[in-house]
Amino acid sequence: MLSYEAILLLIVLGIAISVVFVLISKFLGPKNPNARKKSVYECGAEPQGSARKRFPVKFYMIALLFLLFDIEAVFLYPWAKLFRELGFLGFVEMGIFMLVLIVGLIYAWRKGALEWE
Amino acid sequence: MDRWDGGDMKELAEWVIRDLFSKNPDTWQYTWAIYLAGMALAAVICLGFVAVFAGPVTWVERRTAGRIMSRIGPNRVGPQGVLQWLADGIKNLLKEDLIPDDADKPLFRLAPYLVFSGMFGTFVVLPFGANLIAADLDIGVLYLMAVTTLVVVGLLTAGWASNSKWALYGGIRSAAQLVSYEVPIAFALLVVVISTGSLSTQAIIKAQGGWPWQWFVAKNPFTFIAFFLLLTSAMAEGNRIPFDLPEAESELVAGYNTEYSGMRFLFFLFEEWANLWIMGAITTLCFLGGWQIPGVSPEKISASSGWTFVGWQLLSFAIFAAKVSWIVFIVIQARWTLPRLRVDQLMSTCWKYLVPMTLVCIAGVLFMDLYIVQGGITDKIIRWIMTLLGAAVIVLFFLRARYNYKMDKDKYPGLRNEKMWYPPYRMP
Repeated sequence: MLSYEAILLLIVLGIAISVVFVLISKFLGPKNPNARKKSVYECGAEPQGSARKRFPVKFYMIALLFLLFDIEAVFLYPWAKLFRELGFLGFVEMGIFMLVLIVGLIYAWRKGALEWE
Repeated sequence: MDRWDGGDMKELAEWVIRDLFSKNPDTWQYTWAIYLAGMALAAVICLGFVAVFAGPVTWVERRTAGRIMSRIGPNRVGPQGVLQWLADGIKNLLKEDLIPDDADKPLFRLAPYLVFSGMFGTFVVLPFGANLIAADLDIGVLYLMAVTTLVVVGLLTAGWASNSKWALYGGIRSAAQLVSYEVPIAFALLVVVISTGSLSTQAIIKAQGGWPWQWFVAKNPFTFIAFFLLLTSAMAEGNRIPFDLPEAESELVAGYNTEYSGMRFLFFLFEEWANLWIMGAITTLCFLGGWQIPGVSPEKISASSGWTFVGWQLLSFAIFAAKVSWIVFIVIQARWTLPRLRVDQLMSTCWKYLVPMTLVCIAGVLFMDLYIVQGGITDKIIRWIMTLLGAAVIVLFFLRARYNYKMDKDKYPGLRNEKMWYPPYRMP
């Protein structure tokens, strides 16, 4: 279990040090904000409205594909580790599993989910 | 005093308790303190290493860029400009800390830390040498993939929280790109896991050998291809040209970090440069034999003691660092020689080329593993052919670079009397 505590400690320490640096910069840096400085950048013109508009559906499609294939990868890892012990039967079983997903990829491809326009 | 033959920080702590304090680590009441101290030490070493790598490599990249573009690059701060990174860091530290009025302030503040911890967390499982690793996890490779995904969350948060159109475009684009390229990376790493039968990074390295024909890149044609696929996807995952769409300055101003300034901005850049080491280290440990010293088995390193042991550790670190630096240099060179892809090309490169190719590689490696006996005559022949192929690729790389330089020399009169080769410390 100790190795996992090491991860936690490492990340916490890393964040702590970066917070310290940001605080140092807060104390050392100049502070004279004005309305122009505090507005967002939009090619030098006045910002028009909020940026939080709807964005294209293709990004959601990519996210869905990612979920599908990343979960497939997660399922494949334990099998890959035991591949030698499972032998030919394991190979066939996982082959069927992967075939289903490859068919899924071909379907998405033919349906035009991978097109970006 | 008995020798420390452990793999990671935990075993080092147990060794300290047993041999320096002569206590039993299972029953001694201060065991946790030693563990804590060991882990803190590992964290500090890793952080120091990241800082010392990410800083100077910016200088290396800018000088290389200067050379490729026939200009000088930073050469004022320190000899040949080597201290430029320090000056840049201090300058950023002294900058005003600006947060836009319209921004979502808590998220805006949180984003750099998410990105930073996603980058820094990988250093837990990345080995530096034969016995130099913070924690040798059983699930190393899976952890590596999981923790790098934190960067996606950070970039998306940064883009959304800024409430700037450029930042939002950049953030969403980078999320789409990073999650897409995560799939080929996962499959390419799967090839390695199949060949090794373990997910631990140290076990992957130990399954290879010191000589080039013992590396996974030379194991069979499919691992050879998988190496290049992994390197390509890692470049995309690290937002490097030709895949740096999230911050394409010609179209998106600066992408997700448009609204950031000062120290927070520096953390995004820091992540990007530290990523160079991470991508180099992952490809090296998976395909290029990691820290393996030619002719010296890991058992021999563990069996040595005293200064010999320290010497082996340093030598293995030097070998690992040399291989990683080589990959880093290739990535830097690619940045300054290749044009940027378009968004649609980026996505089709991933889903229509890299993903099917990695799937083919997995199938190929499965067949090779089932039907080719390790150490048999066919195995040896394949390994030799792949090694020669790899050597041919490297020779071609240098010939091509030389050819381009000669072409420039013929074209520009200013270069006519210049030498062909400069020592690395004195660039033109």
